[in-house]
Amino acid sequence: MMKYIFGLLIILSAAASLITGNGLTEAILNEPVRAVELCIYLCGGMCFWGGLMRIAESSGLTEKISSVLGMVLGKLFPGLDKNGRAFRAICMNVTANLLGLGNAATPAGIEAVKEMAKEEGAGDTATPSMIIFTVLNTASLTLIPSTAISLRIKYGSTAPAEIIPAIWITSAVSLTAALTAAILMNRGKKK
Amino acid sequence: MSFTELLIPAVTVIVILWGLKSGTDIFAEFIAGAKENLTVCMELLPTLIALITAVGMFTASGASELMTNACSGTLMRLGFPPECLPLALIRPVSGSGALAVYESVLSHCGPDSLAGKAASVMIGSTETTFYTIAVYYGAVGIKKTRHTVPAAIIGDITGFVVSVITVGILL
Repeated sequence: MMKYIFGLLIILSAAASLITGNGLTEAILNEPVRAVELCIYLCGGMCFWGGLMRIAESSGLTEKISSVLGMVLGKLFPGLDKNGRAFRAICMNVTANLLGLGNAATPAGIEAVKEMAKEEGAGDTATPSMIIFTVLNTASLTLIPSTAISLRIKYGSTAPAEIIPAIWITSAVSLTAALTAAILMNRGKKK
Repeated sequence: MSFTELLIPAVTVIVILWGLKSGTDIFAEFIAGAKENLTVCMELLPTLIALITAVGMFTASGASELMTNACSGTLMRLGFPPECLPLALIRPVSGSGALAVYESVLSHCGPDSLAGKAASVMIGSTETTFYTIAVYYGAVGIKKTRHTVPAAIIGDITGFVVSVITVGILL
C-alpha cells in the first residue's frame, strides 16, 4: 500500500510541475532536511511523555485506570468473561491508547485479539467482540494529543492546547457512530 | 488559566505524585521510558523523510493546489476547509503520511486558521484505520473481517465532518 502512495505522490508531483511550471529541485533537496528537523522537534516531547507514562505504568496507575475503565467497557463485550485474559488485555489496550502509550497499546491489543480468538473460537472470521474491539482502536481515544499540540506550538499558535475539548468531542461522536454502525450491522446479519 | 492550559501540568504532577507514593524509582523509570521512545522516534525518521519529501513535492509542484481547487467549490459549500482534504484522504492509511500532510497544512495556513484548527482536531481524533485493522486481524489470521471496515470508515467520515463542526462551535 505505502509503495503506491509514495510512488503516486511523486509521479503526480512531476506531472503537475510540468503543467504549473513550478520547479521541484528545491523541494527534493530541502524537504528531507525539514523531515529531520521535524523528527528532532517531536523527539523531545515524545521522550518526555514516554518517560512520564513509564512511571504511570510501573507505579500501577495505568492498571488502576484500566480496572475503572473495565466497568464501562464490560457493556461493549457481552460475550466475554469479565475476569478472563481477553477482557483484561482489552482494558489495558484502551488505557494505553487513552494515555497516548503507542508502545504499550499495540502489544496489549494483539494479546487481546489472540485471547478473543481462543475464548470465542474465531477461525478465520472476525467475532462480534473482535469487531467492537478493532473499531474502538480505529477511533482515536487520546486524552492528550501531544504531537498535535507540539506542532501547533512550533508554528506559533497563540493557544496550542485549545483544541483538546474539540478533539474529545469529535472522538466521542465518531466512536459512537462507528460502534452504533458495528452493533446494528451485527444485528442485521444475525436475522 | 483555562482548563486546557492546566491539563498537561496536572497530568504530569499526578503521575509524579502517584509514582512517589507507590515507592517507584521515578527517575530511573522516566529515563527508561524516554529511551524507549527515543528508539521509536529514530525508527520513525526514515519514514518521515520519505513521506515529508513526497508531500513537500506534491505541494511545491502545485499538485496539491490543483487537487484542492478542483474540489474546493463543493467542499466550501459543505463548509469543509479544502486544505484538509489531503489529510482526510491519507489519514486512514498512513500515520506518518498524515503527520507530513498535517505539518504542511500548519506551515501554509497557520495553526490558528480554520484549516489549521480543523486539521489539528482531525489528526487528534482519528486513527490509522486500515493499518490498525491489518495489525490486529493479521496477528490471529482473520480473513473475513465482516463489517469491521464499513463500521470503522463510518467512524472516520463522522470524525472528519464533526471536526469542522466542533471547531466552528468551540474555537
